[in-house]
Order: sequence, then C-alpha cells, then structure tokens
Amino acid sequence: MSDVIRKFTRSVPDWRPRVEPIKLEDATPEQLDALQVTPSNTKISAYVLTLAHDVETLKVRSPLFNGIMYDKGGLSREERELGALAASMVNHCIYCAAVHASRHAQIAKETTVTDELFAKGTKADLSPRNRAIFDFAHALSQTPSEASPEQMSALREAGLDDAEILDLILSAALFGWANRLMHVLGDPVRKGGT
Amino acid sequence: MSSETLTKSSILEVSGIPAGSPVAEAIDGRANIIALSQTTEDAVLKPLETGAWSHDIRAALAARIAALNGETALVDRYCSLIEDASFADLADPLRSGKAQGLETICDFMDKVAVQTRDVDAPDIKSLQESGVSDADIVRLCEINAFMAYQVRVLAGIRLMKGARA
Repeated sequence: MSDVIRKFTRSVPDWRPRVEPIKLEDATPEQLDALQVTPSNTKISAYVLTLAHDVETLKVRSPLFNGIMYDKGGLSREERELGALAASMVNHCIYCAAVHASRHAQIAKETTVTDELFAKGTKADLSPRNRAIFDFAHALSQTPSEASPEQMSALREAGLDDAEILDLILSAALFGWANRLMHVLGDPVRKGGT
Repeated sequence: MSSETLTKSSILEVSGIPAGSPVAEAIDGRANIIALSQTTEDAVLKPLETGAWSHDIRAALAARIAALNGETALVDRYCSLIEDASFADLADPLRSGKAQGLETICDFMDKVAVQTRDVDAPDIKSLQESGVSDADIVRLCEINAFMAYQVRVLAGIRLMKGARA
C-alpha cells in the first residue's frame, strides 16, 4: 500500500478501486448506455466502471454534475472549483482535491491560492472573497454542517449575490457526494503504479 | 421553469422557500439542477434494480443519514416511505441494525456519513468479508453520497433564507 498518496497535491494521481469494476465485455445494454460506450469511445476509467455497478444512479449523476459545475451564469468556474476543493479537503479526498485544485489553477492562471490552501489549510492567506467562499464551503462540508449565519453574511459582504451563493452551496454539496465515492471506493496512487 | 411548476422536489418541499423571495428567484435560475436532483433521488432511493437493498432499507438508511445531519424534516420524509415496519428503527442512528442483521452495514454507513476522511481500505474489506457483493457496496456508497449532497443543499438554502428574513 506504499504507493497510496496521503498528502494533498495538484498532480492528479491514478485511482485504484477497492472493489472490482465491471468488465466492459460483460456490460449489460443499460450499462453500455450509461457508460456512453461507442465504437470510438471505448476507453472508460476504472472509476466509471466501478460506478457502473449502480447503473441507474450513474446515468443520472453526470448531467447533474455537469450542470452544477459548468452551467452558465452565477458563480464563476474558478469559485465553484474552490467550493469543490474545500469539501474535498474536509473529507481528505486526495484525488478530488488534486483534480479541482489543478482546475482552479488552470482557470485562475495562478497557483497561489491552492498552494496556500495545501500548505496552511484553513489558515491560508486568501483574498476576502476567497476567504468567505472557502470558509463557508468548508463549514458546510462538516457533518452535520457547521455553516453559520455569520458565514452567510460574510459571503454577502464579500459581494456574492443569491445566485452565486446558491451555486457555491451546490458545488460544495456535490463534492460531499463525489468524495464519498472517490475516497471510499478506491485509493489515489502514484501514476503508472500497479 | 418556475419552482412551482416542478411536480415533486424533496429539496423544495422540505426547504419551504417563500414564493417570490430572492432565494426562490435564485432557485428558479437553477430549476434544471433542482429537477435533476430529484431524478437522482428517485434513482438512489427507488431504483428498479435494488440489489440487496430494498426500497425500505434504502429509505431507512437515508433517514438515518438525515438524522446524523440533524435534518429532522428529511428524516420524517424518508421514514414515511418505509412500508415494512421491521426496518423502521434502522432510521435511528442509536440503533445498531443488529435486529435486521445489518449491523456491519449501519457501521459502514455511519462512518462514511460522519467520518468520511477516516474511511480506508479495511472498511471496504470488512463489508466484502461479511458477504456484501462489490455491486452492493457501490450501491451503499451512492445512497450515502447522494444524502451527503441533499442534506447540505438543504442546510445551505436554510441559511440563505435566514439571512433574508
């Protein structure tokens, strides 16, 4: 198990399932449909092949995921990634944190925010707006949620409107979901390992 | 699409957002997400292919996770879906699940819901060793994961409403 990554990183690792994913050659027509397998798209990740055990959920979660993270309007893409990252840090989901820290860095075209967060966690030195966003998403990701009216006020004081706040709630909540699949069903491992 | 035109939504029904309020307006702007959230609830709670987890067991486990998150209205909603009363006390996090032969399952679900960061390979192994199939492990995780999402959306919307009251 020495190849399992335990520390936050922006380098996206491989993911090794703890259960046996379905085999593409044994997939049912429903599974092939949910996996969106076509003759030109036969490369499916181990993660998606694992989720294909529950095909009804797999089929509906992708449009929801894409809507929350990419629909136009509301909170910026960069700030939705920050919400996703806050949840992933609470749940210590190394894989999700890597993916969404690297997307944040790509969109923001800088790495200071994610460097700070990975080095100092909740004590990171952030802009007032990023501070309000991260703190709210971090608190909402506790069980039960510890998000407070003061943190909600801080979001408004930092300039977020209702549409943006709703998008932040949705992106942080979505990663409460994704982390409980990615972190529970598999291990983040060094790329190219077994 | 207005929130009022949606035929059914746990999030809207439980959160009780006043029509015409700024929060309702924000939610109308994401009506597609609210509708897809309900489609997902139906897939997780009432799938055609249940595996080892009947609709009653799923509703009880959903209520249990809602209770662990202090979402009492959601607990009531999911408890009302349990038809076989012998599963009802699974909804109470103080019950072990032993009476239903689901002690290992309840331990796992509680840990994934509350101590997510501490879940590790032995937790999955212990389910496998107690005879739970890999497909049923994935199904349990999807129930837990969806509930993690739903309770946080509700908690967040409640704070939005409160801040506007």
